[in-house]
Amino acid sequence: MHMADALISPAVGGTMWAVTAGLTAYSAKKIGADLNERIVPLMGVLGAFVFAAQMINFTIPATGSSGHLGGGMILAMLLGPHAAFLTMASVLAVQALFFADGGLLALGCNIFNLGFFPCFVAYPFLCRRIVGANPSAGRILAGAMLSSIVALQLGAFAVVLETVASGISELPFTTFALLMQPIHLAIGVVEGLVTAAVITFVWSARPEVLHVAPGREAGRLPMKKVLVGLVAIAVLTGGVLSWFASTHPDGLEWSMLRTAGTEELSGHGSAAHAALAGIQEKIALLPDYGFRATPGGSGAGSREGESWPDINAGRSVAGIVGGGLTLLLAGVVGIVLRRAGQAGRSRPTPER
Amino acid sequence: MSHHIVELKNLEFAYADGTPALRGVSFRIVHGESVGLVGANGAGKSTLLLHLNGCLFPVGGTVQVGDYPLTRKNVDDVRRRVGMVFQDPDDQLFMPRVFDDVAFGPLNLGLPRDEVESRVHGALRQVGADHLAERPPYKISGGEKRAAAIATVLSMSPDILVMDEPSSGLDPLSRRQLIELLRRFRHTKIIATHDLDLVLDVCERTIVLNGGRVAADGPTAEIFRDEALLMANHLEKPLRMQPLAGC
Amino acid sequence: MSGAGQALGSLNGLDGLGRADAPALRVDPRAMIVTTFLFIAVVSSFDKYDLLGLLPLVLYPVSLMALGRVSFRRIARRLLVASPFAVMIGIFNPVFDGRIIAELGPLAVSGGWISFASILVKFLLTVSAALLLVEICGFDAVCFGLGKMGVPRVLVSQLLFLKRYIHVAADEAARMVRAHALRSFRRRGMSFRVFGSLCGQLLLRSLDRAQRIYNAMISRGFSGRIHLLRERSVRGGDILFASLWIGFFLLVRLYNIPLWIGTLVLGSLA
Repeated sequence: MHMADALISPAVGGTMWAVTAGLTAYSAKKIGADLNERIVPLMGVLGAFVFAAQMINFTIPATGSSGHLGGGMILAMLLGPHAAFLTMASVLAVQALFFADGGLLALGCNIFNLGFFPCFVAYPFLCRRIVGANPSAGRILAGAMLSSIVALQLGAFAVVLETVASGISELPFTTFALLMQPIHLAIGVVEGLVTAAVITFVWSARPEVLHVAPGREAGRLPMKKVLVGLVAIAVLTGGVLSWFASTHPDGLEWSMLRTAGTEELSGHGSAAHAALAGIQEKIALLPDYGFRATPGGSGAGSREGESWPDINAGRSVAGIVGGGLTLLLAGVVGIVLRRAGQAGRSRPTPER
Repeated sequence: MSHHIVELKNLEFAYADGTPALRGVSFRIVHGESVGLVGANGAGKSTLLLHLNGCLFPVGGTVQVGDYPLTRKNVDDVRRRVGMVFQDPDDQLFMPRVFDDVAFGPLNLGLPRDEVESRVHGALRQVGADHLAERPPYKISGGEKRAAAIATVLSMSPDILVMDEPSSGLDPLSRRQLIELLRRFRHTKIIATHDLDLVLDVCERTIVLNGGRVAADGPTAEIFRDEALLMANHLEKPLRMQPLAGC
Repeated sequence: MSGAGQALGSLNGLDGLGRADAPALRVDPRAMIVTTFLFIAVVSSFDKYDLLGLLPLVLYPVSLMALGRVSFRRIARRLLVASPFAVMIGIFNPVFDGRIIAELGPLAVSGGWISFASILVKFLLTVSAALLLVEICGFDAVCFGLGKMGVPRVLVSQLLFLKRYIHVAADEAARMVRAHALRSFRRRGMSFRVFGSLCGQLLLRSLDRAQRIYNAMISRGFSGRIHLLRERSVRGGDILFASLWIGFFLLVRLYNIPLWIGTLVLGSLA
């Protein structure tokens, strides 16, 4: 359930990045304040553990298919919410950077979906209360199961919301939700069982590990403040970004034009822009496709979005030819650069 | 040179679950001595070592390193004098590059940058690992890891070197190189190991631990000749001292 | 669910990534991080039907691969492993969006197919950009760069620790799985209960290792803060690198270059 860059809009991705950055800063501060330096290597090694454990597949009972561990709940139970969140963030970042799971723009979404819900919702409000100060196998099972299911349901729902809000996938909200929630109910049950099995094993061998986490303080978390802060960040960034995006379908382009075109025609930006527009006119390749801020047009015309749907066979052909040539050109540039680099490298070798 | 002394008096330790690990260990090691610490698995060697730089604190008895008795207050002074090389170099080399690992201690001491760099290169040169500085620790061989791990404590210029199983997992050549290296060091050395041949080569004194107590303490050659003692402590004569059979 | 879970073999993806030794393209990680993020933002800001305008951006990963001497196959293999989610979700677009928006002689192309194709292209571009960031700078350098850009120290050291011990943990896991496989004969896969104790065992070892590392750290004076000696200042070249690329991204974003080329070529042919 990793979100992918290709499916989210910059507005959604940016918003979730801002929220995740806020959570990260908060968690880092919290850990720094705890002054428990023991946690530094523990987080690192447990992150690596989650990675390794995810590589072991097991058979899901009664289905014959196989699954693997998610790990968010285990981390929360061993490390407490703040350290677990950072550890999960690091695991997801490494997955995005090395294994192409998700992507960098979607990383904010992924850390939120897979880190925030288990660490800051399911663990403090369910797992910790159920397991309590005197764990037993039954309590661990109940706590792990319930909180895994809840965390994954929330996470899956967040995926749906983020995808739909991005508007890149055509999947309607209800269809997507009906697809995601039941699948993640099943995944949640499995995750709960695995989490319980692993935690019970460790707890019976070494009961003290469940108290390694500075989790006892989690109850004193000023959760309300944190939530209010997060909502504020989300609303603010989301609002600004989607305002950019919605006042004009192309937020970035729009903001460029705003600074260059409409905002006082005397600015230096507008001079550059007028020059660009002039070049465009001189070349006069595609009048109907002209840069929109030609005097009078002032950002009103639009290039794609609305204009794409007009069927224009001539333009389609031009598009295909141009597209092919562009790719060819990129390929040639690549080959030339590589050749040049190799030539540059092979020269100094004999001198060594 | 009182500050090179290591003195244990009636050291006792028990783990959190109540299992006693050390039951009154006493010995005194003076400047420049090389001491082998031998004994069966579970005799308490590693636990004892962890007391020498305050990774563990005694439940009973005292540990004195140089002028400092080991207490939570002066544990930093003790750690600065005792360089501890752990058994698994993967635990000791936790930074991105060997350089960073060797610089880790000096940087924690708050030394200036130039000093740190010269110490790092000095330490790496001493173990013959200057070329490893830029390599990530998971990409070097077992022998190189061991050398790098030793460099990480040398860079702090300790007076006393403490090593846990330094020769484990090394191929014969790397082991031989390690022994040569250890013989060159002038530091006070305490080496816990099952490798009795290494003890024979490096240490003039040997302490035998058994069940958390000192079973014997004396010149290495004498102890290794006492077959009854060795047998009682799950040890056997170093290969070099065994009569050649079947030749 | 996760490309990382596919096989232990995929860990090989981590090898050679901390290529501190003579990277082919010397760019300050900060310049690279900024460029990468802007690239991804620009890519994802394209309208879902604007497949064509997106194409010139291919130049970025292609020339980075060439300049950084990163093998194409390396990147492609990992892209392939990671693609299922984007494909799975994207494939619904042709189903739900059947409006015809382009005609090629007898061939009518629906908006859904165009947007599906643009999802795939976006996927290829963004993910390869992320992979290339690490391929070119090396993971450690990226972490240091992030630290200098204000990412909390705890997270930076966490990332470094994680990367350091992934191999160690994966080796331990692999040994345990092998030991299990050797004794389970024909029964394939691992039962749930076995997994629980195997994983628990792995976790115990990890906890022990954390304790030993901690011992090694405090033995060398660690007191909660990891210091690093690594200074690299941003040079003019780095700024030039970033600004040239960012300029290019904006150019591509503002002008539909392929259409321009196509019309030019067709015009001159006519």
